[in-house]
Amino acid sequence: MLQIDLWKRILIWLTCATGLWLAMPNGFYTTVERHNDAVQAIELGADTAENRADRGVWPDWMPSGLVNLGLDLRGGAHLLAEVRVEDVYAARMQAAWPEIRDALRPERSTVGTIRLQPSAEDEVRVRISEPAGMPRALEIVRGLARPVQTITGVGATDIDVRAEGDVIVVTLSEEEKLATDERTVQQSLEIIRRRIDEVGTREPTIQRQGAQRILIQVPGIGSAGELKEIIGTTAQLTFNPVVTRGTNPDAAPGIGNSIVPSLDEPGVFYTIESAPVVTGEELVDAQPAFDQNGRPAVNFRFNSSGARKFGDYTAENIGSPFAIVLDDEVVSAPTIQSHIPGGSGIITGRFTVEESTNLAVLLRAGALPAGLDFLEERTIGPELGQDSIDAGKVATIVAFVAVLAFMLLSYGLFGLFANVALIINIGLIFGLLSLIGATLTLPGIAGIVLTVGMAVDANVLIFERIREELKTSKGPARAIELGYEKALSAILDANITTFITAVILFAMGSGPVRGFAITLGLGILTSVFTAIFVTRLLIVMWFERRRPKTIEV
Amino acid sequence: MRLRLVKQGTNFDFFKRWKLWLGISGLMMIVAFASFMIQGLNYGIDFRGGTTIRTESTQPVDIGVYRDALAPLELGDISITEVFDPQFAADQNVAMIRIEAQEGDEAVQSQLIAQIGTALQGADPGLKLPFASVESVGPKVSGELIQTAAIAVLLAIGAVLIYIWLRFEWQFALGAVLALVHDVILTIGVFSELQIRFDLAIIAALLTIVGYSLNDTVVVFDRVRENLRKYKKRPLNEVLNISINETLSRTFMTSVTTLLALIALFVLGGDVIRGFVFAMIWGVIVGTYSSIFVASAALLYLGVKRDWSKPDANSGNQYANIDA
Repeated sequence: MLQIDLWKRILIWLTCATGLWLAMPNGFYTTVERHNDAVQAIELGADTAENRADRGVWPDWMPSGLVNLGLDLRGGAHLLAEVRVEDVYAARMQAAWPEIRDALRPERSTVGTIRLQPSAEDEVRVRISEPAGMPRALEIVRGLARPVQTITGVGATDIDVRAEGDVIVVTLSEEEKLATDERTVQQSLEIIRRRIDEVGTREPTIQRQGAQRILIQVPGIGSAGELKEIIGTTAQLTFNPVVTRGTNPDAAPGIGNSIVPSLDEPGVFYTIESAPVVTGEELVDAQPAFDQNGRPAVNFRFNSSGARKFGDYTAENIGSPFAIVLDDEVVSAPTIQSHIPGGSGIITGRFTVEESTNLAVLLRAGALPAGLDFLEERTIGPELGQDSIDAGKVATIVAFVAVLAFMLLSYGLFGLFANVALIINIGLIFGLLSLIGATLTLPGIAGIVLTVGMAVDANVLIFERIREELKTSKGPARAIELGYEKALSAILDANITTFITAVILFAMGSGPVRGFAITLGLGILTSVFTAIFVTRLLIVMWFERRRPKTIEV
Repeated sequence: MRLRLVKQGTNFDFFKRWKLWLGISGLMMIVAFASFMIQGLNYGIDFRGGTTIRTESTQPVDIGVYRDALAPLELGDISITEVFDPQFAADQNVAMIRIEAQEGDEAVQSQLIAQIGTALQGADPGLKLPFASVESVGPKVSGELIQTAAIAVLLAIGAVLIYIWLRFEWQFALGAVLALVHDVILTIGVFSELQIRFDLAIIAALLTIVGYSLNDTVVVFDRVRENLRKYKKRPLNEVLNISINETLSRTFMTSVTTLLALIALFVLGGDVIRGFVFAMIWGVIVGTYSSIFVASAALLYLGVKRDWSKPDANSGNQYANIDA
């Protein structure tokens, strides 16, 4: 007969209650949002009276998880960036040359003179004047190789060294390239995150996508262009020895040197040594400041190894100029007046206060190890988002009311039970969305509306089945029981197949499509739960109380 | 008095002209496919790269004026369409501008967007800046997006094929998948015929249609399986007919509730997702049709193993010898 154990009843009601409890904050969205922002601000140290008052608008013991609104609903910017991992190969090879030179120097007697040859970006070519010394030279250069930690290549090293006649060719090994790519992307991700955090916006999404891509979504920002300005500059700071200063951009720089333009003197080009003395990676701090003439500048400090290198270099090169190079432009090229120990300095140039502040932020967050290509850019204005929310709300309510009325007209009292379950169902979806911190997008709203339409399906299956069973006059209790029993396999099969497509959508899709998959998938779970447990419980409770001789479905 | 969409105890003969129905479906699929091949789809920027800009102005949109204003920028192929929605305010005039992908792999530069803004504002002083939305996809990504989308649809169909095969018999699986392919092709055909913009969201709609159509087919099949056990002696077409008639009321109820919800979204949900909702409405209608006239008819054509306890008892019905 129709029986449900007490513990099951309690469990079912508990599940519903928990879901609705978790969903509740969404009913008071702006209030809870204010509370959450205040809590976060207080945690970060901004313990002001204002923040305390804001925290008080929503009790602390109540749930405060909210459904995040996607960019298409809130407005904001979306970028898909690809990291130019090859940039790093070039930097690595540039840094390798001095190392190779220093290693070969003591062996001049066997290898002869060593000269850097014109090389492609991802290799170093070194000519030695005594070809007979080649085996020894290769041995020495190979000795510079470091082991790479990889899963596949045990014993792999970071560089490949080979001889082409009297030229030694050094390239990065495939294993090292893979490892470098991985590091570069990870590092870029971290630095982008730090830069965006420094600007301080709410709930940015910064995710890795695939091997070389990074997805960045920042709600509330004016445009994708603004976002690009924050994260797009590499802020690659280096200190290089200056060879000459000139005005010809096409002059032959000489091997191992390069020509870079000056940032604030138009028409001036510096020839510098490509291998830097120190790089921005060894900075520990950078702050906006003013120089002795009151012009905006940036103060910086090196870490201990950077300070030592910088100190040694300045001690050895008093009287010669060196260049402070930012993103392939010479910011300034002062002459070294004296040995600079201590490892701190100042960058002056024709900065505005804003520029110097920005530069300090960028230097502090660290340089991006490689450039970024932006493959996808989307900006959604806040008004359009609000319009979409409003339209979505109205549509959902109308859809909801239409379905409720239709069910009531079709199934009477049983329809009412299904409607109660449907309302609980929507509550559960929002509860789950809040719980897992999912993002609601416009297609996601469509997913909910679709769920509203489809959620009744399980109930319809059951009710139609009960109708059929009633025809064979087994008595109402038996008919209800059989109805549930026999409809179950159809309900499960039908929902599992839909769930499979939702999972595939989630796995393959991105952005809004994924939002749709989440609400659709959760909607299937909750609608099966409400149909086979909640409506059943409602019907059983009604039945126990009334004990009707006949029922009409 | 209860609302009944389908009166009780219907006894329609769905298979009197089953070959005709299959033929019509086949023909429609050919038309849809031909339209797709000849006319192609009106791909959105997700799939072919480029930029779309949504403009809002207080003055009525004059597409010619916009076009002239943008001409000096030499952006290549530009399409400008005005957008209408009953929910727009009286002084809210919206247009979508689509620009083809520019040189290189990257998405469009923000400088260019600024130039477009200035140019348009010169022609239409009522134009609101910044634009309501700007979306730009580089050609590199769009190629991959097409590929991923196609894989997603194929994967979904494959996964479903396997699931139904496990739960039922291979004939059921094949019938269900035929119905799915039918729905997907007809939906693509409609998008091609009406030249509605086909973007990533439509792929989501396509997969939902796959899910919905399947939902419907599986419910019918579930009943067929049950009735095959119940009426061991009756010919397959009768069993199929009984099953479809028995589930007809449910089929209509569910379709109508889903359509009610979708139509609400279509009318009131705003223009941004209208194409998406249209695809789903179309899919619900086609999916309901196909679960009866394609999936079940295919099952009739393929024949089914009747007695589930004995492996080789195909004999005893007139369709048993037809094998695919």
